[in-house]
Amino acid sequence: MPDIDPRLIILNDHDTVAVVRCAIDAGEKVQIGDAVVTLMQAVTMGHKLARASMQAGDKVLKYGVPIGSATMAIAIGDHVHLHNMKSDYTPTYALTETGDIA
Amino acid sequence: MTMQGYLRADGRKGIRNQVIVAYLVECAHHVAREIALFDREKAHVIGFPGCFPNPYAQKMMERLCTHPNVGAVLLVSLGCESFNRVQLERIVRDSGRPVETLVIQKTGGTKSAIERGRAFVADAITTLGNTPRAPMDLSDLVIGTVCGGSDGTSGISGNPATGRAFDQLVAAGATCIFEETGELIGCEDIMASRAATPELAIELRASVEKAAQYYAELGYGSFASGNADGGLSTIEEKSMGAYAKSGASPISGLIKPGDIPPKGGLYLMDVVPDGPVQFGFPNISDNAEIVEMMASGAHMTIFVTGRGSVVGSAISPVIKVAANPDMYERLHEDMDINAGRIIDGTAEIETVGAEIVALVEQVAAGQPTKSEELGHQEFILTYKSFEPIGPACLPV
Repeated sequence: MPDIDPRLIILNDHDTVAVVRCAIDAGEKVQIGDAVVTLMQAVTMGHKLARASMQAGDKVLKYGVPIGSATMAIAIGDHVHLHNMKSDYTPTYALTETGDIA
Repeated sequence: MTMQGYLRADGRKGIRNQVIVAYLVECAHHVAREIALFDREKAHVIGFPGCFPNPYAQKMMERLCTHPNVGAVLLVSLGCESFNRVQLERIVRDSGRPVETLVIQKTGGTKSAIERGRAFVADAITTLGNTPRAPMDLSDLVIGTVCGGSDGTSGISGNPATGRAFDQLVAAGATCIFEETGELIGCEDIMASRAATPELAIELRASVEKAAQYYAELGYGSFASGNADGGLSTIEEKSMGAYAKSGASPISGLIKPGDIPPKGGLYLMDVVPDGPVQFGFPNISDNAEIVEMMASGAHMTIFVTGRGSVVGSAISPVIKVAANPDMYERLHEDMDINAGRIIDGTAEIETVGAEIVALVEQVAAGQPTKSEELGHQEFILTYKSFEPIGPACLPV
């Protein structure tokens, strides 16, 4: 049994997130370690899924280093992005499709 | 494949043997371009467009005209610009290279200048046929890296693969240069921990802090909305993607554009100007970064691109690494390496890194890159201002 879904890539053994290699639809099952999780929402190439559970304030690790902090509890398999993590340097401003600031 | 370098009087070895036609102000650009059309493969055009003096531009042109890939130099001056052509010609002559300065205002106009220039280029090409050759290995090479047209895939495929290639090259004694301090914000701690000395660690941190301040004053952020669409959540995540190009070797030194690394190893190039913001953006396009690394001796540049850049460069070959499979499919005629295979799971980062090293050796041995075959010879040089590096930047 592979410990990581082939549609995901782990950049460093210490990472708490895995990177999505290709688009995965909502409702699909993904293997992460011992867990098999059902995606609550679709993700596209380059986005991140949690491979460890995190609490608010925990560092998010990618490339083996912190890339920001969780802003709420994150479960294994959750999409990790602007809604549940933030920069430890400068805030990220991203326009949504409706022109609002995310 | 054996590398046979072109041996220069200063002991450095080139992997190409170009004639450079250098315009010293935009007003001389047309004449320079027409002269070089005589033999587009052998004669490359570089130049500085400004009429007003700039010590940085002077230093860049002096370094570029004595670059190991350069065998002969024709300077094309209009005649009334401020560029110190006398000093530039003297430095090129002292380097042992054939050099001539053509002053259009003294030559009788455009047509006469083009004729005389072409005669110099023809002679120079003949002379360059006799350049002594010397065996060359990886320890003789200086390799730069940039990323441009980046997207969410650059930092997980092409950049880490380039990092692995850098690790192998540094281990073999090569000199490797990475840059873009403005996109290393958030990487200060881990980067400083790789410094050869504690004093250098302080300098590395300071260079990133300077970049952060400079960009803040410009009012220009380094994180675009498209980055978030591509899956990047924070500036430090984007920075780590760029930083991955540097690999894992210890950092031997911090240089500024035009400083020649004294020995093999991994160097960070600080490209953000010193002092107040006075000439605008640090580097207005990717080629400005390639030019600065060439001025520090880079024989070639590894260029990682996600969106799909097509550029090459005058003087030094550019190896283009495609970061994702979709873009490689569209722009394969411009791409030398397909790191997109890491994304679709058909190749490991290590494998692509080894491919990059193998291609570096082939290109050094004379094999043209895609951009060379396509005739890309982009070049740009603009105004900047730098203070010299401090003594802690190059530990002995």
